[in-house]
Amino acid sequence: MNKVYSSPKTLVDVPMHYCPGCTHGIIHRLVAEVVEEMGFMSKTIGIASVGCSCFCYDYFNFDMVATAHGRAPATATGVKRVHPDCLVFTYQGDGDLAAIGTAEIIHSAVRGEKISVIFVNNGIYGMTGGQMAPTTLPEMKATTSPYGRNTALTGYPIKMTEMLALQDGCVYAERTKISSIATINRTKKAIRKSFELQMAGKGFSVVEILSTCPTNWGIEPLKAIKWMEDNLEAYYPVGVIKAPKEVE
Amino acid sequence: MAKKILMKGSEAIAEAAVLNGCRYFFGYPITPQNEIPEYLSKRLPEVQGTFLQAESEVSAIYMVLGAGAAGARVMTSSSSPGISLKQEGISYMAGAEVPCVIVNIMRGGPGLGAIQGAQPDYWQATRGGGHGDYRLLVLAPATVQEAVDLTYQAFDLADKYRNPVMILGDGILAQIMEPVELPEASKQLPEKAWTVGKNENRQRNVVSSSYPKVDELEKVNIRLHERYDQIKKNEVRWDSYLTDDAEYVVVAYGSAARIAKAAIKMARAEGIKVGLLRPISVWPFPIEPFQKIITQTKFFLSFEMSTGQMIDDVRLAIGNERPVYHYGRLGGVIPLPEELLAKIKELIKEVQ
Amino acid sequence: MGSIKIREERCKGCTLCINACPQKIITLASYTNSKGYYPATLADEDTCTGCGSCYTFCPDMCIEVYR
Repeated sequence: MNKVYSSPKTLVDVPMHYCPGCTHGIIHRLVAEVVEEMGFMSKTIGIASVGCSCFCYDYFNFDMVATAHGRAPATATGVKRVHPDCLVFTYQGDGDLAAIGTAEIIHSAVRGEKISVIFVNNGIYGMTGGQMAPTTLPEMKATTSPYGRNTALTGYPIKMTEMLALQDGCVYAERTKISSIATINRTKKAIRKSFELQMAGKGFSVVEILSTCPTNWGIEPLKAIKWMEDNLEAYYPVGVIKAPKEVE
Repeated sequence: MAKKILMKGSEAIAEAAVLNGCRYFFGYPITPQNEIPEYLSKRLPEVQGTFLQAESEVSAIYMVLGAGAAGARVMTSSSSPGISLKQEGISYMAGAEVPCVIVNIMRGGPGLGAIQGAQPDYWQATRGGGHGDYRLLVLAPATVQEAVDLTYQAFDLADKYRNPVMILGDGILAQIMEPVELPEASKQLPEKAWTVGKNENRQRNVVSSSYPKVDELEKVNIRLHERYDQIKKNEVRWDSYLTDDAEYVVVAYGSAARIAKAAIKMARAEGIKVGLLRPISVWPFPIEPFQKIITQTKFFLSFEMSTGQMIDDVRLAIGNERPVYHYGRLGGVIPLPEELLAKIKELIKEVQ
Repeated sequence: MGSIKIREERCKGCTLCINACPQKIITLASYTNSKGYYPATLADEDTCTGCGSCYTFCPDMCIEVYR
């Protein structure tokens, strides 16, 4: 028998630090597979942000820059301007991208920066221990919203990808989810599209991926996926938000 | 010999950067240094460089981090409040060992303060500035020519030590026009094996200040500290004026040193034996020249456009051997040589 | 006709592969690995089709698929 599926060589073969059932590992593999399939292993530069995924510089087997909370798009801007022929992506969670990094992400889109943004949204701060994020749903409990998110006090969940899609410099924005073989494959296609558009010099693109946080949600991995579809997806509908004509 | 041309301090700094291979500039407007980005927005495209105005100082410094990590010679410039915003990124660059040049054209503070030239950020500049145990190499030019020379050198030093270098000036230096001789454009830039980019023929590179294992981070801290010791050994720069026979020594850096020089000339005309010791590298601070003149000197006078910050370093340099006094004007008020002269005379009376 | 190899030491017992398997032939082992997790294990080698669903869903790169 022949080996038909195994970890891509664009991933370092080390155990990841993520909690059991966390979908970061799946998303890492999808990004790595796309880089490998496009033949870009020797010209890809990833930008790690801050949060659960901050150690992804240990996992992606290509050049990486680790930067500060929210600043990945600005860091990617500097890298991409020096190496316009390289594939440059940021890997950011919602606490990073949708809170402390709002200025950086919006203005990267405004400038039409030729970078790809992998935006993993699970509606909570994972690494720091389950605090409320700007993406946390109304009534959803977190360690800093112990009575549930009170919208009168803290406002409403932020829809980042819709906001980014409004900018002329953003050529492609899609929200996907990790819930089934079909949606995992759909996510991989979206990542590939984003990378292809970048390398074609089209502009900024973002793939938002709804994911889970079994540990901080306090739900088993499988039930967490169901919870994500029933709740997170209800607020953040999946689908293409903006795409150039050739993609549609 | 190259022809002398008349240049504004800020534009001369910008041109010196271009001449030593700086091809990327990221910044955000703030007075009194706007002529630097304005000049480079015109100049960098001429040399196939990139000028990019960021949405904030914070963003700008991380663009600098990205470009520096990607191997480019890169600069940003700002003034006091903007430099405060950049501190987070500067700390990350010190930790990730990313070279860059940061120009700080100081103005009066705290807070929004005022746009006039002042020197209130000496502590911030010389103590690292941001979080974590790190230092910047900080060079404080007093003339436009010196600003050109130090900015040019700053890029070589940043690459040599893989550390951010700061040019510490003030609104006077940035706005003044003086004749300068520009250095020749550098022809060859150093190879950098550690940067990110295309990597067909090497192991992957990671540029990061993240060291989750404490033992590893301690080693990094020790390694950085050893590098700072090298900088202390190799990069101390200072100048003196009439210190050979001086009984009283004024210590001043940057624009304040020029005012001090005028006051010393006036004092000398009256037969008062005053000299000037001018640190050019404010970190590393020149200690030796102080120790050489301690025995002949009755007191030191730290003359700064602040309430007294460099005075700490002067005291550290001479210990308790001699009294150290301070004189300065604040908030962007430029002290006159006559004021300093009066202070010198008053102190002489006091110590007698 | 297919087969999978599970790196049990790498497995965190999250069960996502168990749910993904269309043949329902992956289970958790009755023993733990050195990290204390009950690893996924292939219960019925004969009916594996090598479809790769378990590989696709595994967040920890534990599974290799053969056909």
